[in-house]
Amino acid sequence: MEATVAKTGTEGKTWGGGTQPFNVSYGKMMMWFFILSDALTFSGFIASYGFSRFKFIDAWPIADEVFTHVPFLHGVPAPMYYVAFMTLVLIFSSVTMVLAVDAGHKMQQSKVAWYMFFTIIGGGIFVGSQAWEWATFIKGDYGAVETNGGRILQFLDTEGNRVALADFASPIPTDRVTHERKNGVWHYAEPTTRTTYDIAEVQKGFVANENLLIRTQYLDQDGHPIVLSREASIEKLMNDGKFVVEGANLRHNEYGHPLFADFFFFITGFHGFHVFSGVVINVIIFFNVIIGTYERRKSYEMVEKVGLYWHFVDLVWVFVFTFFYLV
Amino acid sequence: MGHEHKLEIFRGLVKFNSNIQKIWGVFIFLCLVTAVEVVLGIVKPEFLVHGRFLTMKYLNWIFIILTLVKAYYITWDFMHMRDEKTGLRRAVVWTFVFLICYLIAILLVEADYIFEIYKNNFIKFNF
Repeated sequence: MEATVAKTGTEGKTWGGGTQPFNVSYGKMMMWFFILSDALTFSGFIASYGFSRFKFIDAWPIADEVFTHVPFLHGVPAPMYYVAFMTLVLIFSSVTMVLAVDAGHKMQQSKVAWYMFFTIIGGGIFVGSQAWEWATFIKGDYGAVETNGGRILQFLDTEGNRVALADFASPIPTDRVTHERKNGVWHYAEPTTRTTYDIAEVQKGFVANENLLIRTQYLDQDGHPIVLSREASIEKLMNDGKFVVEGANLRHNEYGHPLFADFFFFITGFHGFHVFSGVVINVIIFFNVIIGTYERRKSYEMVEKVGLYWHFVDLVWVFVFTFFYLV
Repeated sequence: MGHEHKLEIFRGLVKFNSNIQKIWGVFIFLCLVTAVEVVLGIVKPEFLVHGRFLTMKYLNWIFIILTLVKAYYITWDFMHMRDEKTGLRRAVVWTFVFLICYLIAILLVEADYIFEIYKNNFIKFNF
């Protein structure tokens, strides 16, 4: 056999084959290139978010008005605090992950297991917080009216504080008859979600309360949303108001342009899915550590590879945090 | 397998004694940067909101630069990019940076153009 092997003259050369020119194993290098491609995917999402935001720059919601809630502190406006907490949780779980990798290099099985365990807990807290953040955003807080042109009208008192629909809308008693199939040829199902008040009730309550004004989504020279005078407010609401919006979904968003909600759900959802799958992979590796797979293999490189993925998830969040909550 | 770690950060200004010490040092640094971001995001100092450089608020420049700083330390120290060979580092980082610079520039300029058309209802320039 040996006689048939042709010498290529590249034996022992860096790129001659059989060596590791980048000094990393095949698996680790492929993990890097997977991360690179995933990073490009996320960049595409965030760049398209930037595109839509610049396209509708005046109708874009102000992040500190949207995310002002902290669990168990109901009604206390606390912009940013909760998301800052989430960021720290994720960075801290990155730290325990890199400590697990370090312990793996030293072949300390129980330390690796403990650090992996803390990493998994951190990931769980983060995903749970994200779910809570979504629920709060979907529920909304003040409510708004959408115009015929798709713009959002929000309500302020004369001091400039936001006023919730529930504080002024005056209920109009009606006997609402559920439309049934037997009553007509065309049967439309009841909408699955109905707002607490309809547009007529909001209009009636607005006219009755002298101290209410409307804030539009057009910006003045300083970049602040324009607040209409009392007369202009009434005229706008009566002629242009189309329906009530409470909270945010994929079509309507009480905080501003619906695309903000679309991108929020899509990008944080895609990131949250990465965190979730990262937790699942971490759990698998955690059990492999416990049953001693890597002790027998005499290498904890698998922990290092899943660690790369976990840090990447943290890295993406750093950018999501900036572009959704800060800028 | 030897796992050599470079223990200097900030271009050699801070040198740690062990890898574990470096991890905690970088963690504290990342926490500080995040704290600065959050405080600036809540306070929003007037002069940073009004001042603009290349049409972007100073405050937003600060946020984006601090984000890139955080990204650098996560990649370099947590993901051990600092210890990898130059070739691997460039293959990963440069690919990303060049594409993103182009993508961001073209998309934001185009989006601003569309915004102006919506606002003024006529085409100011045409290619």
